[in-house]
Formats: sequence, structure tokens, C-alpha cells
Amino acid sequence: MADTRQHTVLPGFGLTVGYTTFFLSAVVLIPLAAMVIKASSMSIGQFMAVLLDPRVIASYKLTFGTSLLAALINSVFGFIIAWSLVRYDFPGRKFLDALIDMPFALPTAVSGIALTAVFAQDGWLGQQLARMGIQVVYTWLGITVALTLIGMPFVVRSVQPALAEVQRDLEDAAETLGATRFTVFWRIIFPTVLPALLTGFTMAFARGIGEYGSVIFIAGNLPMKTEITPLLIVIKLEQYDYVGAAALGCIMLGMSFFMLLSINLLQAWGRRRLFVGKR
Amino acid sequence: MSSGPSRQLLSELASRPGRNSLADKLIRWMFISLSVVFLSALLISPLMMVLTSAFAKGMAVYARSFLDEDTFAAIKLTLTIALIVVPLNTVFGIAAAWAIAKFEFRGKSILITAIDLPIAVSPIISGLIYILLFGSQGWFGLWLQEHDISIIFALPGMLLATMFVTFPYVARELIPLMQQLGNDEEEAAITMGAGGLMTFIRVTLPKIRWGLVYGMILTNARAMGEFGAVSVVSGHIRGLTNTMPLHIEILYNEYDYVGAFAVASLLMALAIITLLIKTVIEWRGLRG
Amino acid sequence: MLRTVCLSLLFLAFLSACSAGTATDVKSVQLLNVSYDPTRELYRDVNERFSKQWLDKTGQHVSIKQSHGGSGSQARAVIEGLRADVVTLALGYDIDAIHKRGKKLGADWQTRLPDNSSPYTSTIVFLVRKGNPKGIHDWDDLIRSDVKVVTPNPKTSGGARWNYLAAWGYVLERELQGDWSKLSDPAAAGQVAAAQIKAEQFVAALYRNAPVLDRAARAATNTFAQRGIGDVLIAWENEALLAIKELDGQGLELVAPSSSILAEPPVAIVDTVVDRKGTRQIAEAYLQYLYSDAGQELVAEHHFRPRNAAVMTQHQSEFPAIRLFTISQVFGNWQQAQAEHFADGGRFDHIYTVPKS
Repeated sequence: MADTRQHTVLPGFGLTVGYTTFFLSAVVLIPLAAMVIKASSMSIGQFMAVLLDPRVIASYKLTFGTSLLAALINSVFGFIIAWSLVRYDFPGRKFLDALIDMPFALPTAVSGIALTAVFAQDGWLGQQLARMGIQVVYTWLGITVALTLIGMPFVVRSVQPALAEVQRDLEDAAETLGATRFTVFWRIIFPTVLPALLTGFTMAFARGIGEYGSVIFIAGNLPMKTEITPLLIVIKLEQYDYVGAAALGCIMLGMSFFMLLSINLLQAWGRRRLFVGKR
Repeated sequence: MSSGPSRQLLSELASRPGRNSLADKLIRWMFISLSVVFLSALLISPLMMVLTSAFAKGMAVYARSFLDEDTFAAIKLTLTIALIVVPLNTVFGIAAAWAIAKFEFRGKSILITAIDLPIAVSPIISGLIYILLFGSQGWFGLWLQEHDISIIFALPGMLLATMFVTFPYVARELIPLMQQLGNDEEEAAITMGAGGLMTFIRVTLPKIRWGLVYGMILTNARAMGEFGAVSVVSGHIRGLTNTMPLHIEILYNEYDYVGAFAVASLLMALAIITLLIKTVIEWRGLRG
Repeated sequence: MLRTVCLSLLFLAFLSACSAGTATDVKSVQLLNVSYDPTRELYRDVNERFSKQWLDKTGQHVSIKQSHGGSGSQARAVIEGLRADVVTLALGYDIDAIHKRGKKLGADWQTRLPDNSSPYTSTIVFLVRKGNPKGIHDWDDLIRSDVKVVTPNPKTSGGARWNYLAAWGYVLERELQGDWSKLSDPAAAGQVAAAQIKAEQFVAALYRNAPVLDRAARAATNTFAQRGIGDVLIAWENEALLAIKELDGQGLELVAPSSSILAEPPVAIVDTVVDRKGTRQIAEAYLQYLYSDAGQELVAEHHFRPRNAAVMTQHQSEFPAIRLFTISQVFGNWQQAQAEHFADGGRFDHIYTVPKS
């Protein structure tokens, strides 16, 4: 199989690869390079000083911690939602399915304002939570809530098609052979869905790290406590410190790139293994 | 993408042995209620909040907020941006998906990652990079100034920023789909003498159209709703460079809460309309 | 094929978009006023009246476009190429930056118009909830442990910097018994140093009472009024008066501290832009209009303190009596205040990075 793909008769390789690289460079790569070059006007020492500033480190912890937590919550609930949408029919299913994409369409500032209103102490849900002694807005919890909302579609939408594709004959065969439902889930369904889940998780995680618009309303923005890394970039810009802002931008860019690359390599590896296995 | 369980599938599920056991019902009940609770708290309650605020002072005030000249200009600008960005990114997405799904080549994973990158890049950075390129002190700043060309703080800059942010969505939808569909049919068509473009239109396109439509819908939704990146390059000139999301923030800051959430509800409505179109097309497609 | 279609589309899009140029003809002209957040309502009225007056006088239609945002980021946009004919910002530091970093206007901008180029002033006051339940009357009440203070982030908001400096100045004034000359008197150096330490502790205590630092002044007002967070909002006087009017259902009340800072939001013409567009004359007339009797009247109507003594006397009752000190009395100038207090590693950062002693 792998051989035929290399010697395919299909045309358009040069055209499409060329066009893709050209357009990609023009819109994405060259502008990003401008930022990297801007940051490289610093010495290594200055660069490290920006990156290792205690406030910046506190912001990494917050940004990565809340993004990770939000992505984990999304993996669990995203799977449950995708499962319900794909495998069950219930009233309002189509409606819920259509709503999943809403966080894409809603401006992040609106999501931020609306979430803050709902979870504030006098808000619909905030009231209930406050009674239990939980404060959501202006804490790391609020940031997590915002990031969960922003990342949710990524997980649901990547798991949905994968779940729909799980080979049912395999499930049936296993059940006929006496496997318990748990075994079927664990040995057949879970491995099939895992790559998609992992992709969704990574996308939600990566998106969370960069998110600004919605978080800024619900975060509180207290230095060392609820200050996210993108806000620090904005603060550097306010002081006309373009180089410092670019340096922080580069480190975030590097981390995003690394995460996405590892997930893509993992998937490429998985696909190859699958093809070899089929042979 | 996935249109949920089809009728056959559901009946098939129901006919399986042991599918109606108590445990099964319990799990089903639990999954559905967990989904509903989670989505209600996180998604539906903020949406409801937007709607109740928009209609807080009644229908008349809601309707009146769209009569404002600046609001109208913002809606027009947003639609213009979406109208230009969506086709451009669609063509790109198709080309990228063809290149990546149909051929094996070195550095493919890196190419895919580079395409994905805009999703992960902070909107602040996506705005900043264009400032660094086209701002007065940027690489092309002086040249642009001498030739009286505005890129940032004008439509071109906002187009670029929107394009950046919505760049991956079509490609991301199509790549896995085309990979999974394989090359056999296209190869057969080519071998039988069909041209490349013909093969694509006749063989590939019908197979990928749902993915394509969904990718375009996502691109459109993101293009209309983008706030952060566009905010950096817009200049916020009322009636000229304010998109709907930026105008929402302005209205909110002017204590015009009804106006702000009315515009937000319009964005929601646009999203729902596009999703409805998707459902209708899909439904027709399944029948036809 | 695809490529040609696409490239030509892209090219066309660019061409049509780029041509949004700067053409000015005699019959109509467009001005862009880049301003900060709290002036939206003021300039909406000013623009309307001015265009009318200009049309009557010259027969030329002028349409004045507005851009509002945080003062600092607006200045940055102008430096980066936003073609503002005039800037009307929150603090001189931001216009200085347009001169220093953007080279878009002369160093002498502040002396070109009367009153330090500030046609109106304001000050910093408190906004409390109906009936003032926490009994907040002066700055000292803000550091009480039972009071939650809402103020924006001085790193991102110009207004917030005025808030911070007002609190700082209040303590200095108290410690130095109101004698500002001691600040430059070597004999009083010891007393001044002690006063500065007191001020630093006071401001630190104040920010420890802040549960949230919003990005901008308006965002802070919304947090306080809409979200119901905090017991007191530190705000511009004009913002506070406007919020009381706009959000009258909330029963917000203004509390004037015994002393506060005189905020002088400056205005200036952006030389490079008006010269290129040929709009200098009208831009100058526009800024001059702010100083005219009609302009000053509008200023007062929008709760800014007018410079014109006659107009001010007329509106005296609307503005609370507060002892005012200026930034040059207490902090030298904006450059120094910015470097000492708000730059990275400055005194504001210390509040959060240095553990409470």
C-alpha cells in the first residue's frame, strides 16, 4: 500500500504542494517569522531574563495548568457528549448537536462577558456555587470554565466521526463471544477512538494556552495569581516593549508547535502501523 | 460532520441481544443527562444570558438597536470579510488536503503542523505579527507609507488577521476525510484518461462535500466571530473598521447592554442559520 | 487554474481595499480623532456641533470619525500607523510616546495649545453603592480590611495610573503636611523618604483589597456596577458622574476624597498625518473649538472640568470640592512617574512580587 502511494498516478502534486506552501508562507509563516526575528534581536541573557521572570513563570503555571485541566475535563465530557450524540436518540439531540459549534461563532469577548455574568456571585449559577462556598469568577476556576467552553467543540467534533466509525461487527462479534460490555469498550471502542480523542485534547489544550478574549473578563488579572501569559504580552506591548512581547510570543509559539507536531507525528505513526497491520 | 444515528442503525442497535438490559438503560440515561447538564451549565446558560439581556427592554428596543448606522456598518464589514476570507481559505484547504492526503512526501507532518498552528497561536500574537510586518516601524512600514497604502488599521489588515485565524479549518476537515477515502477511485479515473480537474470535480468532490461544507461553516463562523486578532489590527474606527465583535465591545462599554447583546444574538442567529443550512443539505444528500 | 483564480482574487481584494486612501476634496473632508475610553459621549456631541459650525463658516462638510480604546494602546496604534489627525488621550505620557517613538509630532506639542494642551481636566473620586453601606469617606477607608476596591490595571489602563498616583499623592500630602516644596528640599530628605515608604505601604494595602484588575477603566465600571463586585470603585470624576446618570437604576453614589490628583488629559495634532492629508487647518480649528465657550460648555455638560473660569463658575455646584495636586508637584513628570512606578520591576510590580512584610 505504501508503495502505491508513492508512485500514484494522481496529478497535481506539484501544483497543490506548491500552492499550499506559497499560501501558508504568505499568511502564516512569514508573519510568524517576523516575530521570531524581532525576538532574536535580544541577547540570550535578556531572552532568558524575560522568560524566567517570576511573574512570567507564575503565568505559565496558571496558563498551562488551567488549559490542561480544561482539556482533561473536555476529554471526559466531550467523549460522553459525542457518545450520546452518536449512539443515542433523544429529544433535543439535533439541537444540542447544532449548539456544539457555538463557541466558534460567538466572539470570545461575548463568551467572556456572558460566562462572567452567569458565574458571578449574583449570577444564575454563581449564586448556587457561592452558597457552597465556591467562587468561580476572578479565580483560576473561572479561567478553567472559560477555557473549557472554548475548547469543547474541538473534542466533541473530533471524537464524533471516530465513534460513528467504530466497527460494529467487531463489537457484535466480541459480545457474541461473551465479552463483557466493559471489555468491549476497553479493547475495541476505546483504542479506535483514542487517536481522535488525543487530537481533540491537544487542540483544546493548544487553543486554551493562547486564549485571551474570554479569559480576560473572568480572570481577575491579579499579578502572580490570575494573570495569564497572553495578558503579559499585552502588558509588554503597552510599555512599547515589542522585543519582550515577541520573546514571550516565541516561547508560546514554540510550545504550541511542539505539541501539535508531536500529535501529528503520533498520528502519522499510528496510520502507518494500521496500514502495515492490514497488510 | 457525523449526522448522528441513522434509522437503520438505531433499529439495528435495538435489535441486538441484551441491548435492553437495565444496565444499558442506566448507562444511556446517565450519559445523556451528563451531556445535557454539562452543556446547559457551560454553553446554554451563557447563550441564554445573551438572549435575555438582548431582550431585557423588550422587542422594540431590541429591533431599534439594529437601526444604528454604526451597527449597520459593522455588520456590513463583518460580512464583507467573511465573503472574501471563506472562499480563499476554502481553495487553500482543498489544495492542502489534496497534497497531504493523496501523496507521501518528506516533511508532511511538519506541513500539517504548520497548517494547524493558527489554532494554537494566541490571538494577541496573530495581531502582533501583522503589526511587526506592516506597522510604521515594521518591515514594510516605510514603503507602505510612502505609497499611501494602508494595510493595518484598514480592511486588508483585518482580512489578513481573519485569514490567519481561520486558516486551518477547511484543511483540517478535509485531510482526515480524504485520507480515509483513499486514492483508488481517483486513480481509476485518471488511468481511464480523465483530466486532473475533472477527476477532482467528478470523483473527489462528491465524496468530500459534507466535510467541505462543514469546514466552510466553521471558517465562516470563526471569521465572523473573531475578536482578539482583529482587535489588534482594526484601529477601532467607528463606522469604518469596527467588525461586529468589536462593535459589541464598544456598545457594552457605552453601557448599551441591550445593543451589545442584540448584536451578539445576531451573530448567534447567523451561526444557527448556517448550521441549519448544513443540516438541510445533509438531509437532502442522505436521501438523494 | 486554481492558483490563477485564487491569486487574482487575492490581488483584487487587496487593490479594492488598499485604495481606501486619503483623498480630500474641497467639498468634504474626513478627520480621525483617536481618543481614550471615557470621552465617547463628549466627542459625539463635540463632533456634531463642530461639523455644523464648520459647514456654516466654510461651506465644507466635515465628517469626524472616532476611535476609542485604552489610552496606551491608542497611542501605540497611532505610532504603528493609525492615521489620526488629532489625538485626545488620557495622559501626556502617551502623546510623548507618539513623539518619541513614532516621530509623528513635535516635542513642543504640549506648549502649542493653552493650559498644557488640556482643554479640560478631571480628577479621581470614589463611586460607592446606594447609601454608602461601608461608610467610605476618604482614601484611608480604602485600606480597611472589610472593604473591597475595584480599580483597573495600571499596566494596561491610563485611568488606573491616575488612580494609583492619586492614592500615592494623598499619603505624601498627609505626611508632608501639604508642603510639596519639601520634596525638593534636601533638609527634608529624611521626612520625604519616610513619607514615600508610608505611601508605598498604603498603595500596597489598597491593591491587596482589589479582587480584580480590569483591563480598562470602563471594564472596571462594568465590573463594579453590572457584576456587583466590590464596595468602592476608584474612577475618573467624569466617569463616575456619567455612570451615576447612565446606570441610575443602580443607585450609585459619588464620594469625594479630601484630596486627589488633577488629571489633565491632553490633546494634540499629529503633524505627519495632517500634513500628508492637508487637514492641518481644520484639525487646528477642531482643537481650538474645545477651548471656545461653546466647547467648554459641552465639556462641562459631559462632567469634565472646564478650563474657562466663567463656564466653571456656572457649573461649580456639579463638581465636588476636592483639594487637588498636580503630577508635576508630586512626581516630577509622567516619564519619571512611569519609570518609577509602572515599568516592569517598578513599584507597582513590587506590590505583588515582594511578599507582604
